[in-house]
Amino acid sequence: MSVIYLLLSVSVLVALVFLVIFLVSVKSGQFDDVYTPSVRMLFDDELVKEKIKTKN
Amino acid sequence: MSKSQCYHCGTSCDTKSFVKEDKYFCCNGCKTVYELLYENDMACYYDFQSNPGAIPTEIEDRYEYLEKQEIQEKLLEFCDENSHIVNLYIPHVHCSSCIWVLENLRKLNENIISSTVDFVKKEVRIHYNPKKTNLKEVVLLLCAIGYEPYISLDNLEKKDKIVDRSLHYKLGIAGFAFGNVMFLSFPEYFEVSEFWLEKYKVVFRWLMLIFSLPVVFYAAQGYFVSAYKGLSNKILNIDVPIALGILVLFVRSSVEVIFDLGSGFFDSLTGLVFFLLVGKYFQQKTYSYLSFERDYKSYFPIAVTKITNSKEESVQIQDVEAGDRLLIRNQELIPVDGILMKGKAQIDYSFVTGESQPVLKESGDKIFAGGKQLEGIIEMEVLKSVSQSYLTQLWSNAAFNEKPISNFRNVTDAISKHFTLAVLTIAVLSTTFWLLNDPSKALNVFTAVLIIACPCAIALAAPFTLGNMLRIFGQNKFYLKNSQVIEKLAKINTILFDKTGTITKNRKKGIRYSGATLSYNEKILLKSSVRTSNHPLSRLLYESMGEVEAITVDEVKEYAGKGIQIKFKKRSIKIGSESFVLKKNHSTNFDTSIHVSIDNHYKGKFTIRNSYREGLKEVMDGLKSIFKLAIISGDNDGERKKLEKILPENTRLLFNKNPEDKLNYVAQLQKDNSEVAMIGDGLNDAGALMQSNVGIVVSENTNVFSPACDAILDAKEFAKIPVFFELSKRAIRIIHYCFVLSFFYNIIGLYFAVTGQLEPVIAAILMPFSSISVVVFTTILTNITSKKLLS
Repeated sequence: MSVIYLLLSVSVLVALVFLVIFLVSVKSGQFDDVYTPSVRMLFDDELVKEKIKTKN
Repeated sequence: MSKSQCYHCGTSCDTKSFVKEDKYFCCNGCKTVYELLYENDMACYYDFQSNPGAIPTEIEDRYEYLEKQEIQEKLLEFCDENSHIVNLYIPHVHCSSCIWVLENLRKLNENIISSTVDFVKKEVRIHYNPKKTNLKEVVLLLCAIGYEPYISLDNLEKKDKIVDRSLHYKLGIAGFAFGNVMFLSFPEYFEVSEFWLEKYKVVFRWLMLIFSLPVVFYAAQGYFVSAYKGLSNKILNIDVPIALGILVLFVRSSVEVIFDLGSGFFDSLTGLVFFLLVGKYFQQKTYSYLSFERDYKSYFPIAVTKITNSKEESVQIQDVEAGDRLLIRNQELIPVDGILMKGKAQIDYSFVTGESQPVLKESGDKIFAGGKQLEGIIEMEVLKSVSQSYLTQLWSNAAFNEKPISNFRNVTDAISKHFTLAVLTIAVLSTTFWLLNDPSKALNVFTAVLIIACPCAIALAAPFTLGNMLRIFGQNKFYLKNSQVIEKLAKINTILFDKTGTITKNRKKGIRYSGATLSYNEKILLKSSVRTSNHPLSRLLYESMGEVEAITVDEVKEYAGKGIQIKFKKRSIKIGSESFVLKKNHSTNFDTSIHVSIDNHYKGKFTIRNSYREGLKEVMDGLKSIFKLAIISGDNDGERKKLEKILPENTRLLFNKNPEDKLNYVAQLQKDNSEVAMIGDGLNDAGALMQSNVGIVVSENTNVFSPACDAILDAKEFAKIPVFFELSKRAIRIIHYCFVLSFFYNIIGLYFAVTGQLEPVIAAILMPFSSISVVVFTTILTNITSKKLLS
């Protein structure tokens, strides 16, 4: 019977965890610049390739 | 990549010049950049996009001032013994390879710890080790690879930019609560009287109440504040009914839950706040890399070189006093009014007036602040300090210091007064009716009316329409400061244009010859003839015939305003206007031409390509029926006749106006109840741009600096000005359509409310449905309208 309380609290807790993660990420500035990281992400790969090329 | 293109920057270059490893470069600078990148193993810079990069500007000891402690301290964002962090604005950042190069600075200089680019703001944050390198070296490295930072007086002042992230927080919390409340209220929608649900109903309802607390007290805060402000100013803005709705929703729902009367409207409440915040977020689109708030400080350098006892020393601009002797190098800005003492000055005043033709000054001439020295080094003596110079004095004018009182009533607030009054009337009337018939339902009906009439759809109409229009304008290179500018644009009835740089082009004027071919001898004769005349057109023609040699002619007769007649040996030449050379005048075009006849044979004409922007006539014709037009210029009225031909009849032409006059003229028009748009470009329009209802800056390159304004228009899109005005008007019309649509929903809702049948589930369906349909409606309509007008 009391399992519903457990389920409710777990589900609310999970939701709260996501909310907190979101708030922390906003606070850390992740949403200030939403363009550059998308490009930066691609560059790291290119760099690795480049290093391999020069070794050969 | 073709061989005639520079491998680095893409400018065309002849193949003989700078070659390295079968790659061609247009200049040594580009080659250096290539080598620099190559040595440091970053050659794949070139793989990403063909021809990235920029030509490095000549670097002299321009950045000496960066070694000064007090300047460094002001520029650095963070500094301690082991690390310095500086944030630099780099106008050249334009493609993904820029990010790549700038974020790999540490490979070029190992003392740079890290660098991070904010592409949208065109800024790079550099973290370096001050023990091994310094700010000057970092900046010089940036210059060397073609990313010269822009450091101006402005950088010294505003240091701490507070980033407002509250909307993100609010949106997150409201969305979180909305989602959870929706789940929790779902069982109630179907009225299943299942045993377990009945048993736990109370828990669910209390949970919903708890979830709605942060929404009401945090996320919806802004609406309460704005409603309170509105009421205390006796304005019924749109936030008044919204705040009222939220309040009633919350109180009634809480009462229902606490006294176990029903489930309340928490789903509608959280949904309402969430949708409203989404609207706010959508409207907030800003072009952070364009600044709309600049004053002269953004143009002016931080420091200049002062000469004391023949020693050079950099001093901060604020410390420059009358009587000082300053050294201005190539490409440096003249920061104060003064007298040229040494050297030949070629000053480009395009920042100030929009005129790109440099002005020649000899020593002893007076030079004004704001010009850029183009060639060589000059020395000047200061007459006035920075804040008292001719140009900068403008900023002490009241228009810049008074905080603009926003007495502007936007389209939503204009309607909300009537709306609020109507809703309150309906609420009171229906409550009275029920009091007389069935008092138990009266309170229920009263609150239901206020809940269902909460103008969510109305409040969303404007943000989405204007926000969408703002994006469409942005795609067409017309960048607005905020969405309110569209509403202001729609109200404009008078448009002022600056002349130089705004309706004329910044680029050099071209000359075209049409007629019988001239022999080389005739060309010599022609060039020698125009050399004798000081008329601007003669000078222009003379300069255009660069490689032809010139001789001394025998006899010159100049007819003022007509032309010149020259005799050389037995030949005679007539050069000048059509009526002078041909004795007739039937030309109808506006281009200026110089006609030539040799030995009484008409040869042909040189046409000076109109320096007015293409489509100027069409723009003016498109505007003339709707707006009062005027040209206001700082130049003399030499071009009055020409302008009169192009412009519609009723256009007022005002010449010889200084920056202050322009501002006052705008103010004068506004006193006569005109809504004025000023379209200008240079710093000399800054006052008028500030004073006008909408200040629009026409800019050939949106990356370079433009004075404070409401909107920046790319000069290439000049011809679209009438369309932009028309679209703004259409946008307002679309908002009105949306109002009609949402009234329709309100009437349906009110039917349920007044008859006392408002169930939470009806509110929960009607509110999001009306909001979403209004958003969809306006998005489709704005897109269709703009596509039709802009194509």
